[in-house]
Amino acid sequence: MIRDELKRGIMVQNPIFGLALGLCPALAITTTAFNALGMGIAVIFVLTCSNVTVSLIRRWIPEKVRIPCYITIIATFVTIADLFMKAYAPFLSSQLGIYVPLIAANCLILARAEAYASKSNLVRAAVDGIVMGFGFSLSLVLISAVREILGYNKLFGVTVITGFHPMVLFVMPAGGFFVVAAFFGIVNYRRIKKARGNP
Amino acid sequence: MNTASMIQISLGAVLINNFVLTRMLGLCPFLNVSNKISNATGLGMAVTFVMTMASAVAWIVDSTVLAPHNAAYLRIVVFILIIASLTQLVEMALQKYSPALFESFGKYLPLVTTNCAVLAAALIATMENPYTGRPFTFLEAFINGVMSGAGFTLVLILMAGIKGKLECVNVWKPLEGLPIALITAGLIALAFLGFSGLHPPIAAGGF
Repeated sequence: MIRDELKRGIMVQNPIFGLALGLCPALAITTTAFNALGMGIAVIFVLTCSNVTVSLIRRWIPEKVRIPCYITIIATFVTIADLFMKAYAPFLSSQLGIYVPLIAANCLILARAEAYASKSNLVRAAVDGIVMGFGFSLSLVLISAVREILGYNKLFGVTVITGFHPMVLFVMPAGGFFVVAAFFGIVNYRRIKKARGNP
Repeated sequence: MNTASMIQISLGAVLINNFVLTRMLGLCPFLNVSNKISNATGLGMAVTFVMTMASAVAWIVDSTVLAPHNAAYLRIVVFILIIASLTQLVEMALQKYSPALFESFGKYLPLVTTNCAVLAAALIATMENPYTGRPFTFLEAFINGVMSGAGFTLVLILMAGIKGKLECVNVWKPLEGLPIALITAGLIALAFLGFSGLHPPIAAGGF
């Protein structure tokens, strides 16, 4: 069951490449793999906690005000993550800047609360949060690894290829758009090929 | 507040630190905008309106309630609720008093609630003015809100126009849809890079 769930989170319903949710952080903070990892961990924390809370109190939330309820729950956990990061990882916090509070407006988290956690029991919601968060973090680290290697010739701060001149464009916003476009192109290419293989 | 700093903030928000192309916020509506320029204008107006109101209200709430009571850590929760209720309020008011305006941009308002650019504008309104190093005054925060929205509208219209042209082009199958939109956005961002010469840029994390 765990394997199926992991496959769902990472491959089939990958939040970024499958569902195209939460693109803003995927482009904005993926300049270094370190930033991406920090962001990923924060998102796993917020997503799991909000999924669990929404699932716990889903019977008491009135239908009409459910979205404001979810938003408040999510914003609370984002505040916790933000304060925690400021206290124990000040460098990471200064690097991510405004993008930590903005996890509260990440459509991925609201989408999971609305589409999954509000309809499932505690364990399933928690597993969904961890798995989806993991898929999200993995995609962020992948994108940032490509960008950091091409843009700084480094990975997690360590020089990769000696004598390779990095292209700064790739750590600029424009380069981010191109790298993510390439990733989406590869995903689509594989999908088209698969569809042709077994019609 | 003098004219020079007003121009500085306006130029910075529209061209240099454009919300979409430099700060990468509000990408969902930007990448999925339809190829109709009228739709893009409507959505842009809705975002600008809410952004301005959110900046102003966030500044007032922060300086009168949160900051004096040492409750700055409540900003995220309070601001996101302000934005959600503000959009609801504006939508209801427009529907009742100005059906014509509602027709032009009211129907996009629900989409605005989850737009990260609006929350960012509210948070930025309570931060320091990067050009003076002092906290934003009310007028500065207000202008920053208006101009950030204007910058968002500008690139949204650009994107809608280009998407209209893309309709008649044969795009390689795997790049259809989102990838080609991302590449287009990257090219616009490259062009906007030229504006960074107008003023020393502000690092994404520093704002």
